[in-house]
Amino acid sequence: MIDILNAIVLFSNFVLIPGMAYGAQLALGALGVTLIYAVLRFSNFAHGDLMAFGTAATILFTWWLQSMGVNLGVLPTALLALPVGIAAAVAMSLVMDKAVYSFYRAKRSASVVFVISSVGVMFVLNGLTRLLIGPDDQRFADGERFVIRARDFKDMTGLDEGLALRTTQVITVVVAILVVIALFRFLNHSRMGKAMRAYSDNEDLALLSGIDPKKVVFWTWVIAAGLATVAGVLYGLDKSFKPFTYFQLLLPIFAAAIVGGIGNPVGAIAGGFVIAFSEVTVTYAYKKFLGYIVPGWEPDGLMQLLSTDYKFAVSFVILVVVLLVRPTGLFRGKVV
Amino acid sequence: MSFLRAEAMTGGYGAADILHDCEISVEQGEIAVIVGPNGAGKSTAMKAVFGMLPLRAGTVTLDGNDITNLSPQERVAMGMGFVPQTSNVFTTMSVQENLEMGAYLRRDDFMPTMEQVFDLFPILREKRKQPAGELSGGQRQQVAVGRALMTEPKLLMLDEPTAGVSPIVMDELFDRIIEVARTGIAILMVEQNARQALNIADKGYVLVQGANAWTDTGEALLANPEVRRTFLGG
Repeated sequence: MIDILNAIVLFSNFVLIPGMAYGAQLALGALGVTLIYAVLRFSNFAHGDLMAFGTAATILFTWWLQSMGVNLGVLPTALLALPVGIAAAVAMSLVMDKAVYSFYRAKRSASVVFVISSVGVMFVLNGLTRLLIGPDDQRFADGERFVIRARDFKDMTGLDEGLALRTTQVITVVVAILVVIALFRFLNHSRMGKAMRAYSDNEDLALLSGIDPKKVVFWTWVIAAGLATVAGVLYGLDKSFKPFTYFQLLLPIFAAAIVGGIGNPVGAIAGGFVIAFSEVTVTYAYKKFLGYIVPGWEPDGLMQLLSTDYKFAVSFVILVVVLLVRPTGLFRGKVV
Repeated sequence: MSFLRAEAMTGGYGAADILHDCEISVEQGEIAVIVGPNGAGKSTAMKAVFGMLPLRAGTVTLDGNDITNLSPQERVAMGMGFVPQTSNVFTTMSVQENLEMGAYLRRDDFMPTMEQVFDLFPILREKRKQPAGELSGGQRQQVAVGRALMTEPKLLMLDEPTAGVSPIVMDELFDRIIEVARTGIAILMVEQNARQALNIADKGYVLVQGANAWTDTGEALLANPEVRRTFLGG
């Protein structure tokens, strides 16, 4: 019995909790991608670098706050700097929209033209972020590191396995829940939110109803950039910030949006968790876990399906399979 | 001076004109129907009235105001309501949200208007929470008409409202359209079901190749032997 408990704690510590946090981060990123796809009708490849840019701005402001002696006590100072980072990302998105996308929108260009120009925007943001903060790894989490420490947990419960719950993991999940509630309230109950859904559903009819496309585009960028920055800062707090890592996040984020059904916000959230848990469960070494479940039968290998180096392959395989088998995704989004 | 008056409309999408010196007018509380053989430019004429077709010549006036150079959106604000033939509802949104979007430009309380729409189409009240995409063809048309009525238009334009619905639903829709006209709204309608449409029309326009061929009351057109022979099928 105690072995089963140990196994559960072990699994929670290395799979369940990290998976939840990672899933929430991917869900927020995928929500931004899905929103742009639904309203502006293109896959925004610059989303990962928009996350990086917003996060870099947040980090710089965090450092400035820290140098002024401002902090949030047990919570990371970055939460205080987050609105500034969001503002920077929103401003950058609006500049990019004005400079690049509005031109193609006026020409009513094909969706693929937008996608390719978003790749261009991606490279620009990529460079800007590196100019701003450099290409290196940055850690910016401060405040209390743990809610529950592994050793305290062991002392408390008397189990062999410890359960660590980091502050950033709790913050990630709490912030993600709050943001998602706010987003859904906005989309389902506010006048502008409904207008965005109407514009996404049927552009011509939305215009006939007097919905102003400029306002819809503006608010879509505000929300998408906000979501990107929140996702980026939460990921950076939980792990660390490195521009290249954020670029790489594009793959699991797109996989999440497409698995859930691109253009569908509920799908983006579900997709985020599907991708996160697939990655974590496939790359976890089950040797010790199996040792608790089946005592006396210790496998020789690590019982790891894939090395963590291959974690991107997981997203990629899921992406390909979904596109082959069910292109509309779990929640019936649009066909890409 | 008619309430809506479109005169000498000439224009098309490309180099070739589709409309030639086409004229259409509607009075308030009256139903005007545009009929004609396939490819006669019926829908095009209506789009021209609504500003969705570039005109090379001609004028459109609504209630005495020249609206020839206004965009469709501006015409909606002027009191024109338009129900397109296809994709005329927000399929992923509920019936009630569809109606709310129709009232998007209104800043006053539009609930009384919504109640009127529900009184006109009682089935919509029942299905108000259901996504419009899950409704039957006839119910969707009701949502589409209801959405256009939410702006309280003075002129309602319907592009083939009975396309693809059963004869029973068609009769029902025509009854509702008569009811709408009785409230003083001018109605301009393009119809494929010419005979039934002319039956309820105060005024009928028969277009052939983008030009007015016959214009008369609906009754007179139905009785006109030449009209019957050439396109009502005897």
